Amino acid sequence: MSIMNKSSAARLWRQVVRHPIWFFVLVIFIFFSLATDHFFAFHNFQNILVQTSTIGLIALGMTLVMINGNIDLSVGATLALAASLAVDIQGWPVFESWGDWAMLPAVIAALASGIMLGALNGIIVWKTGVNAFIVTLGAMLGVRGLVFIYTQEQSFYAMNFAYSDFGSSAVGPLPTLAVIFLVFTVITHFLLARTVHGRNTYAVGGNRDAAVNAGIRVGPHMVVNFMIVGFFAALAGVTLSTQMGASTPNLGRDYELWTITAVVLGGTKLTGGAGNIIGTLGGVLAIGILRNGMNLMQVPAFYVLVILGTILIAVLFLDKQVNRKEDGELRV
Amino acid sequence: MAEATLTSNRLKGLGGTLAKQGILIAFIVFMIGFALFSEKFLTSGNVMTVIRQAAIVGVMAIGVTVVVIGGNLDLSVGSMLSFSTVLVVDLHDKIGPGEAIAVMLVATLVLGALNGFLIGYLRLNSLIVTLGMLSAIQGLTLIYTGGQNVDISHQDTTWFAVFGRGQVFGLPVPILIFAVVAVIVHVVLAYTPYGRRVYAVGGNPMAAVFSGIRRNRVVACSYLISAFCTGIAAVILGSRVMGSQNNVGQGYELLVLAAVILGGTSLLGGSGSVLKTVIGVLILGFIQNGLLLLGYAYYVQWLVTWVVIILAVWLDVAAKRGRLFSPIA
Repeated sequence: MSIMNKSSAARLWRQVVRHPIWFFVLVIFIFFSLATDHFFAFHNFQNILVQTSTIGLIALGMTLVMINGNIDLSVGATLALAASLAVDIQGWPVFESWGDWAMLPAVIAALASGIMLGALNGIIVWKTGVNAFIVTLGAMLGVRGLVFIYTQEQSFYAMNFAYSDFGSSAVGPLPTLAVIFLVFTVITHFLLARTVHGRNTYAVGGNRDAAVNAGIRVGPHMVVNFMIVGFFAALAGVTLSTQMGASTPNLGRDYELWTITAVVLGGTKLTGGAGNIIGTLGGVLAIGILRNGMNLMQVPAFYVLVILGTILIAVLFLDKQVNRKEDGELRV
Repeated sequence: MAEATLTSNRLKGLGGTLAKQGILIAFIVFMIGFALFSEKFLTSGNVMTVIRQAAIVGVMAIGVTVVVIGGNLDLSVGSMLSFSTVLVVDLHDKIGPGEAIAVMLVATLVLGALNGFLIGYLRLNSLIVTLGMLSAIQGLTLIYTGGQNVDISHQDTTWFAVFGRGQVFGLPVPILIFAVVAVIVHVVLAYTPYGRRVYAVGGNPMAAVFSGIRRNRVVACSYLISAFCTGIAAVILGSRVMGSQNNVGQGYELLVLAAVILGGTSLLGGSGSVLKTVIGVLILGFIQNGLLLLGYAYYVQWLVTWVVIILAVWLDVAAKRGRLFSPIA
């Protein structure tokens, strides 16, 4: 009996070590359930899922790119461009006779813009060999410039209320936006854990030279992952604009930082080669639950920033303590 | 191997020189281009204005250059600028300008020391630590102000105005501060043992440690320098605006980094210089100003900056590699 307890405790400990963020999610979940009256309610869980879906969708793609050893800082600007396109194009006079179907070309154009910007980033990273951090830092500025040029600094409003109705609609007990997020979470997890592309993603991030020698076409592979994160950023732009029924040119500022925070909380290494979607989901939920719970406790939003920053650094510190296996590490 | 040597030999000719001095050439081309199309561009008044406006990003970028040469990143300077500016402006009316500056610099150095401890001594990843600090310091600033903006009540009588608005010998004070900081940090980096250690630590940490350099201390000090420079930038900004929003520095971290990268300082560490960063800062400033003079909206500069950053770094990388395109399949 005691042996069994020990081994199951050991297994639990191993899981905690593998996904420390889920342990944290559990702790804050219990804490907020006890500390506030309104947290533990199905209605509130729906809220949390919808609130986190925007960052969450981007984080799915960002996980792939970061496991590759790259990074994408342009997601916030891409989100704004997609949101502006989606809201603006459905109001074009060309589509006047299309009725609700006018939303279709608008959303397609928005998603296509994200995919194309991702492809552009990826091809630049591939062909020039410039660090992805620099390439996407440039794109972050440049794409925001495109958004301002396109919108002329104007906000757009969706005249068709069906668009914003979609944002507040539900599939059975779950909000549609939450369903979209969860479905894509499952798909991305499958892509990463069960397909050749997923295995290559780890291989390229773990040791690029070895991946080349193993016959992986590293360049096109990275381009595909940049296209995926571009797609997710654009999709997040569309879902965010359905929540508001509008888009503003400054939408998505700082989202790249939030997304990277979520992904790193989830255990993905900046150096590449390690990470997974389950961890990222935990990171996204940790941020969402923390924001929501502290909001319900009427703690000013300022404190959430401090706590999140502290947690991010603490997770990094713990991770370093637990996984002290870097042999090349210098101790001086 | 032979082919590689051949290519690099070929690149040593005119093309190699061009690629190595790419950023300087781009700078000159931009200056000539703008001067041709706008008569106002090269007037001394306009040039002064550009440098004066670039001084804040410039001073911060000089500090960040030291961090980047040491092989790390500092994303926290943006919210540190918010924090420091709010602090110095708020304390100005309460305890007087001199004391306010002193208290603010100490507080900023404490934040820098925290960065330095976490990254230098605990050896945590600098990108994530400073990302966490970015969020935490922004929160601290908001807690301190309670979400309110702050300003200075007697704007005409305080000598604090001199840093942002004053002139000495016909030169705006921000430009003088920018120049002084640039010269000091340049001397430190180029002519002192500490400077050599920064390059050594950034270039090859292992070799640096084996040759007896205390890497922890060198890295921690680079964050103190970066924080101190941000404190100086906050004095200029607070004095110029005579007030501060609590998110005034939002986004500065990436502009600063863009200037450092544009100058040609490698993110891998071990190379770069203050002079390069100054050129990077000036290019960003002149692109912004030139496009505005030509009648483009302010956001067009972001698009141009995108292209310029990628071309500049690409040329730099290509010159080192000896071929234009990356060899990976």
